[in-house]
Formats: sequence, structure tokens, C-alpha cells
Amino acid sequence: MSIPAELRFTPEHEWVSVEGTLASVGITEYAAAQLGDVVYVSLPPPGTAVTAGEPCGEVESVKSVSDLYSPVDGEVAEVNAELEDDPSLVNAEPYAAGWMFRVRVAQDGNGNAALPPDLLSAAQYEELTKSAGAS
Amino acid sequence: MTSFAGWQMPLRYGSETAEHQAVRHAAGLFDLSHMGEILVRGPGAGEALDYALTGLLSTLRPGRARYTMICAPDGGVLDDLVVYRQGEEDFLVIANASNTAVVLAELVSRSAGFDAVVLDATDDYALIAIQGPAAAGILAGLTSLDLEAMKYYAGAFGEVAGRPAWVARTGYTGEDGFEVFCRPSDAVWVWEALVAAGAPAGLVPAGLAARDTLRLEAGMPLYGNELGPDMTPFEAGLGRVVKFDKPGDFVGRSALAERASAGPRRELVGLTLQSRRVARHGYPVMADGQEVGAVTSGAPSPTVGRPIAMAYLAAGTDPSDAVLTVGIRGEAVPVELTDLPFYSRSR
Repeated sequence: MSIPAELRFTPEHEWVSVEGTLASVGITEYAAAQLGDVVYVSLPPPGTAVTAGEPCGEVESVKSVSDLYSPVDGEVAEVNAELEDDPSLVNAEPYAAGWMFRVRVAQDGNGNAALPPDLLSAAQYEELTKSAGAS
Repeated sequence: MTSFAGWQMPLRYGSETAEHQAVRHAAGLFDLSHMGEILVRGPGAGEALDYALTGLLSTLRPGRARYTMICAPDGGVLDDLVVYRQGEEDFLVIANASNTAVVLAELVSRSAGFDAVVLDATDDYALIAIQGPAAAGILAGLTSLDLEAMKYYAGAFGEVAGRPAWVARTGYTGEDGFEVFCRPSDAVWVWEALVAAGAPAGLVPAGLAARDTLRLEAGMPLYGNELGPDMTPFEAGLGRVVKFDKPGDFVGRSALAERASAGPRRELVGLTLQSRRVARHGYPVMADGQEVGAVTSGAPSPTVGRPIAMAYLAAGTDPSDAVLTVGIRGEAVPVELTDLPFYSRSR
């Protein structure tokens, strides 16, 4: 199970990749494997204000439906339109072509993205999946 | 892996959609060892089952199988069953894992007045199902049984990969296929032999998730979804399993006769969604905005290409000239009434 070291993670099994003040969001390979084949992803339209830890969409798989949470505060800048036609990208490439949405994050006093302090490192997230009984 | 009726079961081995398609177009291999096996034996075994179940089993010929049900005295379904007649005085009853204890207890008490013994053999059998159009060809290479001569819903004792087994042409996928009942100590051997023999033909191991979408497309009921103690076989569209014309009394007869003449309180229907969202168990069904029923099973259908569902609608609902919708987490999603089954194989 791969956990890219350069990403940040949430306990809801989502990943965040930050470039400047733009945060890309998806679900982890672990989450995709647990859900099984993803058949539908409901995403917040661009312009939607999102709040860290609040539901903002849905991920539907063959066997279940799960809330999608925003890991950051901000405004949705872009969604992955490819997932409309091919939601299986989430299973095939959860950290690349299976990305879900991008959020324009507010800046802190130094002009950096103001991220929630409780995002996990790759090592912390790996620890979390291990304690959840990941195989 | 998932917990299911006290067993650790594979929900999927890889992609459940790929597993589903393999069963439709090549073959899939299922580990169904959780299913309950109950032996009913003795000179009065057939009569005991005629009394205990809704079907007529005493006239079943050795080597043949029948789909039947066990009902409570009030007509409610306690389980749906496949019964094999393995010999003149030997019947093998297959129960759902979660109902095995209930079925066993009922068969023991209901056969008390008959010359028959009832034995729980669940721990004596592993069950491996090989299902799909390529199943017969794959299995034929590992057994001396004449599979071509074996009819649907028939079975025979033989060997698979050199190990003793009861092999039956039954299944729960809507495809041709076989179920292999072998000793648990032989299960890994038989499984690996089937995987090795079948891989070149496209056979893959398949999990519970694919099993559920396959049986849903085939319009087959699942106990706990379409069947339960608060439903009769008639409501599930399976009144044919109740043999009122068989000799003697059977448990549930008078209640079932009453229900048959009164007509069903609800009707099982098929639905196809005009959406990517899936209507799942328990979601409400509306006709012109009025709630008229609920979804019992729903899943994306790889064969149809859209989500499908089965649902119970209240009797008297005339869905033909109403706008039917399913409430999916607050959104009314249009659905089309679809004849069951959604899929039937070409023969």
C-alpha cells in the first residue's frame, strides 16, 4: 500500500497536496481499496465554500456510499471532471488521475496557505492505517 | 475481508466489477464454505421434509436438486434452501449461514414424528462454486463425472482433482456453473487445482460483492433483503415453491393458504435508475411523490450499465402511470420499472 511521503493526510483517509495556496484533495489508496470499485463521485461545484472536517461530497462504490470531507478551509477552485466519465480512476490512480477537487486556501500572515494544524504526515498516516488493521 | 454470519469472508479479491464480468463471460470461483449443510436421512426423510418445508421433496429423484423454503407456522419465511437428494434415504439441505441454527432446530423438531435423523454437517463440508460459461469446460478436466450429461439442478458423487466431492449443477449467479462440496481438509487442494486449471480460460476468484451483484442481476432473492420472517413466498414472487397439492399437512400450510387467497400485501419489482447514484437497501420508493415501498437490494449493474434495484411496493400500487422515484439521501431520483430478472443467460 503506497503512501507518498510528500502528501499530507487526514484520519478520514484523504490526502492533500499543497502548491502555493492551492490544495489538491483525493482519497488514499487504502481508502480506495476499502471502498472497492468506485462508481460515482459527487463533488462540490467550483465556488463552494468548504470547511475542514465538514462533508462536501460523496464517494459511492459498489457496496457502500461514504461522505467526502474537505480537509481544509477555503473555496473550491476546480473539480476533476474526468471522474464523471471514469470514476474507476479513483481506484486505479488514487494519488494522480483520481484526484477529486482543488481548494483555494486562505493565506496566513506570511502569505503561505493556512492549513489546519492537525493534518497528518505520511508516517503518521501509515501508523493510523496499521492500527486500523490494514493488510 | 468482512465478517459475515460469524465467518471471515472475502468481499473481493481485486476489483468486484472485474470479478462480476469474469463470471458473466468466463468463470469465477467462490468460497461458500460458510453455507450450512444439514443431512436428513432415513426411510422417512422425504416425508419429514414434505412436512417441514413448503416443497414436495419425497418425489425428488436421487441425483436431483430443488429450490424450496422453510416457513414458520404463520407463513413467514425462515430461510430459502436448496435440497439435494443424494440417495434414496439421503437428503442434503443447504441453508444460509446466518439461518443454519434455526433451520437445523426446526428440522430436528419437525421430523420428530418421522423415521428420519437430522445432522448438522456444516463443519464436514467446504463449498467451492465455479460459475460462468467456461465453468463446465474447466471442471471437466478435473473430474471423471460426465458433466455434459448432468442437468441443471442435478448432482452426483465423484472426484474433483482426485478428492471425493458431491458435485452439483447449481448456483446463485444466473450463469451455468457447479457447486463442489468437498472435505474441508481437501478444500485448499481443490481450490488451487481449479484456479490453475481455470486461469488460462479467464477464471478468477470472486468475492461476496460480485456474488451479490450477480444474483441481483439474475433477480434472485437474498434472505434478509427480499426474504424474511415478515414475508411470505408469494410476496417475493416465489409462490411456486409452495406445493399446496402435496399430500399431508406441512408447517405453515393453513396460514399460507389464507395468504395465497387474500393476495399479496406487497409486490417485488425491478427498478432501473436513470442516475449514477445507487439505490440501496431501505431507501424509499415514491409514486408521484407518495411513498409506496422500499428498496430491498440495489447495486450498480455491470451488465445493464446503470444501477439496478429490487423493491417491495405496497399492493394496489399501479406504478405504470405514475412517476416512480427513489429517495437517495434526500434526492428523488427517477427510476424505471423493469421486468425481473435484469439478466438471463442465453442457453
